[in-house]
Amino acid sequence: MPHPPNFTLQVRHLTKSFGGVKALDDVQFDLRIGEVHALMGENGAGKSTLMKILIGMLKPDAGTITFEGSSLQNCDVNEIMQKGISMIHQEMLVIPELTVAQNIFLGRESTHWFPNWLDDEAIDKKAQLLLSQMGINIEVTTQMKYLSVAEMQMVEIAKAISNNAKVIIMDEPTSAISDKEVTTLFKIIRELKAKGVAIIYISHKMEEIYAIADTITVLRDGRYIATKPSVELDKKSLIALMVGRELSDLFPPQTATKGNVLLSVRNLSSKGKFSAINFEVKAGEVLGIAGLMGAGRTEIARAIYGLDAFDTGEIFVKGQKVVITSPQDALKNGIGYVSEDRKGLGFIPNMSVKHNISLGSLARYTKIGFVQTQKEQIIVTQTVKDLKIKTATINQKVAQLSGGNQQKVVIGKLLLSNPEIIILDEPTRGIDIGAKFEIYKLINELTAKGKAVVMISSELPEILGMSDRVLVLSKGNQTALLSKEEATQENIMRYAIH
Amino acid sequence: MPFIKKLGQYGIIIAFLAICLLLSFISPRFLTLSNWTIIITQVSINALLAFGVTFVIITGGIDLSLGSMVAVTGVVAASLAHPDTYPVVVPVMVGLLSGVLMGGLNGLIITKSKVPPFIVTLGMMTIGRGLALILSRGRPISNLSNAFNFIGGGSIFGIPLPIFILIIAFFICHILLKKTVLGRYIYAIGGNEQAAQASGIRVNKVKMAVYTICGGLAALAGILLTSRITTGQPNAGAGFELDAIAAAIIGGASTSGGTGTMTGTLIGALLIGVISNGLDLLNVTSYYQQVVMGAIIIGAVVLDSWNKNK
Repeated sequence: MPHPPNFTLQVRHLTKSFGGVKALDDVQFDLRIGEVHALMGENGAGKSTLMKILIGMLKPDAGTITFEGSSLQNCDVNEIMQKGISMIHQEMLVIPELTVAQNIFLGRESTHWFPNWLDDEAIDKKAQLLLSQMGINIEVTTQMKYLSVAEMQMVEIAKAISNNAKVIIMDEPTSAISDKEVTTLFKIIRELKAKGVAIIYISHKMEEIYAIADTITVLRDGRYIATKPSVELDKKSLIALMVGRELSDLFPPQTATKGNVLLSVRNLSSKGKFSAINFEVKAGEVLGIAGLMGAGRTEIARAIYGLDAFDTGEIFVKGQKVVITSPQDALKNGIGYVSEDRKGLGFIPNMSVKHNISLGSLARYTKIGFVQTQKEQIIVTQTVKDLKIKTATINQKVAQLSGGNQQKVVIGKLLLSNPEIIILDEPTRGIDIGAKFEIYKLINELTAKGKAVVMISSELPEILGMSDRVLVLSKGNQTALLSKEEATQENIMRYAIH
Repeated sequence: MPFIKKLGQYGIIIAFLAICLLLSFISPRFLTLSNWTIIITQVSINALLAFGVTFVIITGGIDLSLGSMVAVTGVVAASLAHPDTYPVVVPVMVGLLSGVLMGGLNGLIITKSKVPPFIVTLGMMTIGRGLALILSRGRPISNLSNAFNFIGGGSIFGIPLPIFILIIAFFICHILLKKTVLGRYIYAIGGNEQAAQASGIRVNKVKMAVYTICGGLAALAGILLTSRITTGQPNAGAGFELDAIAAAIIGGASTSGGTGTMTGTLIGALLIGVISNGLDLLNVTSYYQQVVMGAIIIGAVVLDSWNKNK
């Protein structure tokens, strides 16, 4: 079949099922040479399945993939990579103990003297050349484990370039790097584009999509919805395409009435992390904490929750001074914390929804060391219903849930220990818009019940939409405590880079 | 940072030299040529096993069937090594082959079934022990040819043959790990198996190779042991796998994979040998020796994790 010369990759009628569930249903996708093409959709829309098929990790049930005029059918991971399709994985698939050069040329080592005899000097030189061409200053003999996430990403991009990649897939490339590093990344993406490399860009961050993407393709529930130039698609219609309905307002209205001060923090300082932090939160109130990466937001939350020690300062709960040296102390005083590191600290992936939710409050349904399973069942079932957690049964493993539902499990677990003050750290990171809306509704329900919520977030729209007041941090210092009226995007940014 | 890194790498060498220094003050017999010949000869079997299991541990696996493979290969070799039957090459080659097959079978089951190596090799440990008893009908096989007994008991230029075998095996393993593509892939798989797969490395093939090599080295150790004690013992080698794993761990290999070196493992094996030799020289009974050895294994790993957390 002849194809228009400006397309490098064409996908037609792609279908893939997992045990009766259609992950992809008759999907099409066209990629032009030298364009940045954003792939959008909620979690479960089929983005990762499509990408895994493109790089050969999964085989489609039906459909065709044409790359530079020839079919990719029957090609394995290795062959597809050699043909010029590479992926930068979100979880950074690197070997920590090997050097930068060894990682870049992994699977394509230079050899000399004898068959299979490594020539590391040759790859060091090649890697050095490659990185300097990209304008990146990383020592090629450093072990990968000493690199920052952003540097690892650059190395992964270098690896793709060294593979002569004509298509580079980037899966949530900015989820763990700072704003300055995003600028560098975008610069490199634009250079790649100029050289005719096409980029498939997956991200949940709208601002980024509009900053970098030329074209946007939307998937929903495994189906192809639309492809449009990004200039022709405004944010509101994009969201409508993704969720399949108009979200009249992303942030649900709040009705909670404010009560007494539940938590107050006075002059909290921890050397090298933050200093002189002062704020209070009332019952029924959401206090947003904004700031750039490294501003000390998470560190403050960890200190209040007793995960880290602090040097000076006092914490009061309902006017009473409390001493908190461990999470147990915090919970006893009614302070709960949902970590930003959901996978690392939030839940145990291979345990069921039931066992995860009851884990923090097991003592309440335990008699002489035996878990009263019936009582546990009733309480967990109620929580799942209250929080609208989408799970086949409460015996399903948490690892199998979507990001949004995993987050609800974590929150559900916390709520069972009845905290009155809830600190949510990046509560909607990496979860899709529909699920975000559910989390926001949940936050409003909590405040309506008279709980105090402290919400740390990197997403300004979320801070603005949800918070009654906003605490802004910059390099560990409290630079502003803004009221809802004062809190505008410009104001917060001004204080955040103070 | 670089200094701590260096210290972590050389910590084991420093500890080794310090213990040698201490023992040379305590016992005048320690630093003699004849004593060291004894130490290295005794260490050779454990070191061979430790080299094999180092490959496995670096990929993130484990092999608990080493001791049983020593017994099976020893019995197989012994049964073909009676005087005036086959030339000595036959028992050696068939013995090696039996180890390679068992190791290969470990690898095959681990890669095909995705059952954890701990379980597979635990099963193989019991199977191997049973096979050794079946093949020998439960009795030691003695009356072996002089040529066969020379392997473990003979000397060239006054240096016992096991020492030569140890040195040659060390260099081959070291080069395989550090200088070849296979070695690079072994580190890659242990460091991040998914990343290795995504880089186009045939992970299963590498794992097969690793368990096969490990079986081959276990066979070499089995032949050496049988030759030295001039008997094929179906009960030989019980618990050897733990000493071998200990040597690799003391030498800096991490059970979570991705790290470890042959030099470290060699020093780990020597350290174990030197300490048991030193305790012998000091007339400490073997009961206490076991307690000391266990404490050293834990101590080495604790020091290592402190280093990493700095």
